[in-house]
This record gives sequence, structure tokens and C-alpha cells, in this order.
Amino acid sequence: MRTVLSIQDLSIALPKGADRPHAVAGISMTIAEGEILCVVGESGSGKSMTANALMGLLPPGVTVDGGRAVFDGQDVLSLPETERQKLRGSRIAMIFQEPMTALNPLMRIGEQIAEVFAAHGMYGPTEREKRALSLVTEVGLPDPAKIMRAYPFQLSGGQRQRAMIAMALALEPELLIADEPTTALDVTTQAQILELILDLRRRRGMGVMFITHDFGVVAEIADKVIVMEKGIAVEQGTAAAVLEHPQHAYTRRLLDAIPTGRLPQARKLEHAPVLELKGLRKVYRTGGGLFREAREVRAVDDVSLTIARGEVLGLVGESGSGKSTLGRTVVRLVTPDAGQVLVGGTDLAALSEEELRRSRNKVQMVFQDPYASLNPRHRILRALTAGPVAMGKPKAGAEAKARELLEIVGLGAEAANRFPHEFSGGQRQRIGIARALAMEPELIVADEAVSALDVSIQAQVLDLLRDLRARLGLSILFITHDLRVAAQLCDRIAVMQKGRLVEIGGVHDIFLSPQEAYTRDLLAAVPGADWAAENRTRGVS
Amino acid sequence: MAVLAPILGRLVKALITLLAIAVLNFFLIHAAPGDPAVVLAGEAGAADEQMIAQLRERFGLDQPFHVQLGSYVWNIVRLDFGYSFRQGAPVLDLILERLPATLILTLTAFVISLTLGIALGVAASARVGKASDSVLTTLALLFYATPLYWAALMAVLVFSVELGWLPGFGYETVGAGYSGLARIWDVIKHLILPASTLGLFFMAVYMRMTRASMLEVAQMDFVKTARAKGLSGPVIRRRHILRNAILPVVTLAGLQAGQLVGGAVLTETVFAWPGIGRLMFESLAARDYNTILGVFLVSAAMVIVFNILTDLVYRLVDPRIGARA
Repeated sequence: MRTVLSIQDLSIALPKGADRPHAVAGISMTIAEGEILCVVGESGSGKSMTANALMGLLPPGVTVDGGRAVFDGQDVLSLPETERQKLRGSRIAMIFQEPMTALNPLMRIGEQIAEVFAAHGMYGPTEREKRALSLVTEVGLPDPAKIMRAYPFQLSGGQRQRAMIAMALALEPELLIADEPTTALDVTTQAQILELILDLRRRRGMGVMFITHDFGVVAEIADKVIVMEKGIAVEQGTAAAVLEHPQHAYTRRLLDAIPTGRLPQARKLEHAPVLELKGLRKVYRTGGGLFREAREVRAVDDVSLTIARGEVLGLVGESGSGKSTLGRTVVRLVTPDAGQVLVGGTDLAALSEEELRRSRNKVQMVFQDPYASLNPRHRILRALTAGPVAMGKPKAGAEAKARELLEIVGLGAEAANRFPHEFSGGQRQRIGIARALAMEPELIVADEAVSALDVSIQAQVLDLLRDLRARLGLSILFITHDLRVAAQLCDRIAVMQKGRLVEIGGVHDIFLSPQEAYTRDLLAAVPGADWAAENRTRGVS
Repeated sequence: MAVLAPILGRLVKALITLLAIAVLNFFLIHAAPGDPAVVLAGEAGAADEQMIAQLRERFGLDQPFHVQLGSYVWNIVRLDFGYSFRQGAPVLDLILERLPATLILTLTAFVISLTLGIALGVAASARVGKASDSVLTTLALLFYATPLYWAALMAVLVFSVELGWLPGFGYETVGAGYSGLARIWDVIKHLILPASTLGLFFMAVYMRMTRASMLEVAQMDFVKTARAKGLSGPVIRRRHILRNAILPVVTLAGLQAGQLVGGAVLTETVFAWPGIGRLMFESLAARDYNTILGVFLVSAAMVIVFNILTDLVYRLVDPRIGARA
């Protein structure tokens, strides 16, 4: 096979004052025609910087300070900007992580695709449009003629990513760089996009550099793998070799962090319910006015379930399934239209503002974004004591308790006097958990609490939650889009789709013998599911 | 119909707002100290018994309160804004007579400030951090900080009194008897100084806003996508950044457009421009209530009209608006 790209000793320098001098320090790799190379690493590993350097899209202040990247016999890194501009989009194309923001919101999809031809002075306007239409068809977008005229906001995340791919394929590039293209998508959509990329690789024979943090995705599509840690390639080889016989400790840690179908031991649960939901409903109405019909979305549609004391119930579903609305209703950040939220016998949904304020401590929430959920101007101590003090606890007692909790979540009491920005994402999520615990709740609602974290950090936070459950008998409603994460922690799993509860059962039942078609679809879509299943059989035999 | 529905809704709301303003006007007359008839007549300098009685009858002041309110609003609906005793003419005639001069002045200033402001803002953002950017932003700050009346007086001093290039006051050369093109040219010469002074402030605002907005949008993901397509810098700026960056500028321009009628009081006074602003100023000085209220109502109507227009423009430049609701 012909080599498409050969990177030798690439180094990328960060501006002065960064946490390390080099984003990438001396990595080498090659990609052949029709080959998919997965670049795997956690945030800050330098994997995206490598891609941006190839495209000539490095942020200001970041520069390539060594090495070569040979593409078609010439070092692209040393080409003048005008030459690089000619390569971009025509022979090397790139797709990005966030399909929501990567398209111009004010331009029609058709225009944005046709623009690639215009950028490289190809064809006349009619021909451009014709070719754009055939690309839209090729990437499997429904009703191509309509999609051509649509604006990005009228498309779903998966459809936008398909449009991005259409744009990247326009001029039949020899190399496609995909920077976490499926990370922001639902599992079923992710599976479809991965299938599309595999299919296009087959048909077009292009080389693909696929950047991801997810070894499940690697198992699905990679021919070769390079694992990066802090700017250094710690391991590379064929996908089979790296997945089956990882050599480096970091690779093993990353692989260990994703469960390969190991389900937790079934635990005996108490019967006393800590939370009972009865016939819960929440309908969102949008629009509606003097001359317009209101549109209704049934976010939560007649959901009843219970969580036993000391139980972790996983609530899984795709975006728009209503799982977050359900979580917010339990905390009563959202007031339901109908139904009961019984916590220790009190119906939270029926309380007045004043009664609610006194009962707020019973259910506490841990939020998804550890960066946005702590007030940047408040010290950690204040974040942890504000709630208890508002509930009437003496200040000294609340502060002592806060320090104790910081010890429990593994940060140490001295963390109390620091500000949120001094902590990493994982540490902040520990603070978020401590903050919830400070209220001495009966139930914790964790809404995608580990989704924004790197896999290895994710594993640590999950360990912490398991530990807390064992030590404090914590009951948790664990909301996640990631079935693999749910499998690691939960006793029972509830699956939601379009506001309805599709299936609920023990984690073993749901994973090993799902009853509903939708649950089976979700499980099948999990990246690396086959590989995980193989491992499981191998483990058993 | 789908396109017209929101406009129809806006129009209904606009009519209700106008009605509310008319009612507010009515209460303003009544809030003035003393009998409105005495106020109206007295301030006009002709407070004899017979006139006051006439006024009472004309305004129905001997009628109960709600009847008075009803007849006032009915007068407004029939575009009868009352009579200016000071000027000796119906208020509507006064306003209509002054309106063209004001609109010529404010529209010119509006167009100048908007086009120059956006152009300079784009230019500055493309050269961010360089010397030319600093010069442009400093100038903008200077224009922004300069009081309008001072700039106006200086402009008259320099270009009219010292250099003698342009006329320093008025709408056209009185008694020159120009017609056709010669007259238009005469008006343009008179227009240059007041329009540029009036436009200077808003030009600075638009420039600063365009520059800031361009720089912000330049950081967005889709701009990176555009670069990854192989588009050139100028094309990215025009097709991708500017199109998105212009949205907040449109909002602000809509606000300025609402002031097209009532917002040029200072400029018109300094340059002796025979427009609505000066009419308002003179009426205030003379406590000519009917005229003030008339100008108030017309200005309010203009604000509402331009708000609706801004909404429509917004729908054109941003497809997400309207579709989402």
C-alpha cells in the first residue's frame, strides 16, 4: 500500500507559561492508503494539536518547532501558507468534534458544501450544486434536496456530522483527519457515523487519521493505533496488538478504565424505598401566541419507578429522551405537570415554595459540568457550607463537616481554603459530590456526572461513588448516556426513550437479556461491543 | 401566511402600544398644573374668558372624565393632534412641514454612520493588534467621547467660519431661489456638516461593536471549519465572520433608527436645521403643550415602526429567528 502521510519526529511548542514546553514532543507515524490510524489519548495528550499542525490550523502562539510531515513527497509543515491553503479541503480534509458549532449557522447546508468547490476554483455554480447534492446523497442524509436548502439548526447532531463529512469528501481527499467526530453524538448515531466512515474508506480508499479518547471506538474501526500521553507516543502498533497485548502501563490503564462487559456483583438490596415516582409527567410547550399553534414535547410521559435505600439506579437514554428532565423533576428544579415525587413519604412535587426550601436537602444534585457548576469567586469551604448554613446548621459545625467530607472524597481538608480554578475537572467533580453530601441528602441525583471527564479520571470518580455507596449507604439516581458507565456502577438500569420508561431491571438482566428492541439497539450501538463480548467469552472459557 | 402571521401579531401589539401612548399623553395634559384649558390658552398668551370657554367646549372639558378621554383618543385616531396657539397652525401641519428636513438629516447620518462604522470595524478587526488598529480604535473612542454640541460648534467654526467651505446653518440658502439640481446641490452642501456631526457618535459605536463582534465570531468553531475547507482569509471574513458578527450591529442600528425623528434636537438647534427636533425644542421653550405632545406621539410611532422593521430585517439575516419559536 502507498503511504499517504508520514510524520517524523514532530514537535509542537506551546507558548511560554504553559504547563509544559511542548504540546507534542517527537512523535512519528505513517498512514497508508485506505488505512485508519487511531490516535488515542486523554485531554491534553496533544492528539488534537497534531491534527491541527497538519492542517495548519494551530492556535496563535503554538508553533511547530521540529520534525516533518511528508504528504505526497513534500513536507507540508514547511510549505508557504498559500500552498497549504490549496491542500486544505482538497487533498487533506478535516472533520471536527462539535457538529453543533462547526457549521455556519446562517448558511444553507448546500451552500456550505458547494463552497468547498468555490474555495478551490472548481466548476461553475450549477455544477457545484449538482455535486453537493450527490455528496449529500452519498453520506446518507434523508431527503437530500430538502437538506440542501436547510440551515444547520434544522438538522440533528448526527445529520450535521454527516453534512460535515460530505463537505470533507467534496474534493476526494487522500487524507481525512477526524478529530473526535463522534464524541458529541448519541451511541446509536455514533455507530452510524462510524459505519459511514468505514464505508467511505472502503469505497474511496482514503487514509484516515481518527482522533479519539475511546478505546471502544478504536476496537470498531482502527487498523493501527498510536497512544499518546502528555505529548509523547507511549505505544503504537496494529489495533489487534495494542488492544490484546498492551505493553505500556498507560495503555493498560486506559483499557482497564473501560469495562469489557464485566458487570458488578449483584448486591442484595433493601426493600424500603428512598424515592418513589408515581405517574410523573412533564410537558414542554414552545411557541404559541396570538396566531400560532403551540408545540408540545412530552419530556416525561407517565413514568413510575422506585429507588431502594442504598441502591444505585442508572437512568440511560439518548439525548432528548427526557432523562435529564426526570432528574431535575426529582430535585424539583422542574415542577412536574402531574404525578408524585415521594421522598421518605413526602411528595416533593406538591410542596409550596416555603416547605420546599426546608426539604431541599433531601435530594441533592451533582451536575455534569464541573467547570460551570461551582461559583468561581467562592472558596470551596463556602461552596460546601452555604447549603447547610441556609438550612439552619451552626456555621462551625458545617465547616467541620465540610472538611471531613473533603477528606472522604479524597481531596484533603486543606482544599477548603482554595478556589475552584485551582482544581482539575475530576477534583471539581469530587467537590461537587462533597457539596451534595454536605446537605445529608437521602438521595443524590448525578446528571451525567462523569461524562465530561477523561476515562481514567472517570474511573476514579466511579470508584469514589462505589466507595461512598458502601460506606454511607448512599442512594443514587445515576443519569448517563453511556451504557458502559452505567454497567460499572448501577444495581438496576432504567431505559428511557422519548419521555417514556422503556425497560427497567437488574443490571445483569438489562445487559445480558434485554427484553425490549430499543434496549437491544442501544446495547448493539455501544462502540467496541463485539470486542467486549469476545473478551467476555474468552474470560469465561 | 406563515410569514405574515408574526408581522400581523406585531402590528396588533403596535396599535395597542400607540393607544397606550395616546392615553398617557392625555394624562400628561391633565397632570400639568391647573385647568388644562387655562394652561393651553394661558401659555399661548391669550387667556381671555371667551377663549377659555371655547377651549373648554372644544376639548369637552365640561364633560365627564371618561368622555374626555374617549374624545381625545378619537381625535388622535383621526390624526387630529390639536392646534398650536403659539405657532398659529394645526400641530399636524407643523409636524408634516418639518418632517422631511429631519428625515433627510437623520437618514443621511444613519447611512453614513452604519456603512462607515461597519467598514472601519471590519478593517480594524482584520488588523487587530497592529498600529492601524490602534489608530482606528483610538479615533473611535475620541468620537465616542466628544459631546455632540461641541463637535457641531467646532465643525461650524472650522469649516464654515474659518475656511468658508460649507454653509454653517440652515436647510438651504434663503432667498437664492434655486430649483432642480442646483437646489439639490444646495441642500447637500447644507447637509454635510450636520449629518457628519450627528453620524460621528454612532459611527464610533458601530465601529467598536463590529470590531468586537468580528473578533468574537472569529474564535468560533465554524470559522475553523471554513479554514479547513481551504477558503482564503478575506472570503472567510466576508462570508462567515461578518455575516454572523453583523447581528448585534443590526440590533443597535434598529435602536438608532427608532430615534430618526426625535433624536436630532441638539444638531438641529446648533445648525438651525428646520426639523422636528428644533420644533420640539422651541415648543418646550414656549411650553406649547399640544405641539410637544404631537411630536411625542409621532416619535413614539416612529420607534414602533422601526422596531417592527428591525424585526423583519433580523428575520432576513438570521434564519433561526422565527423558525424556532
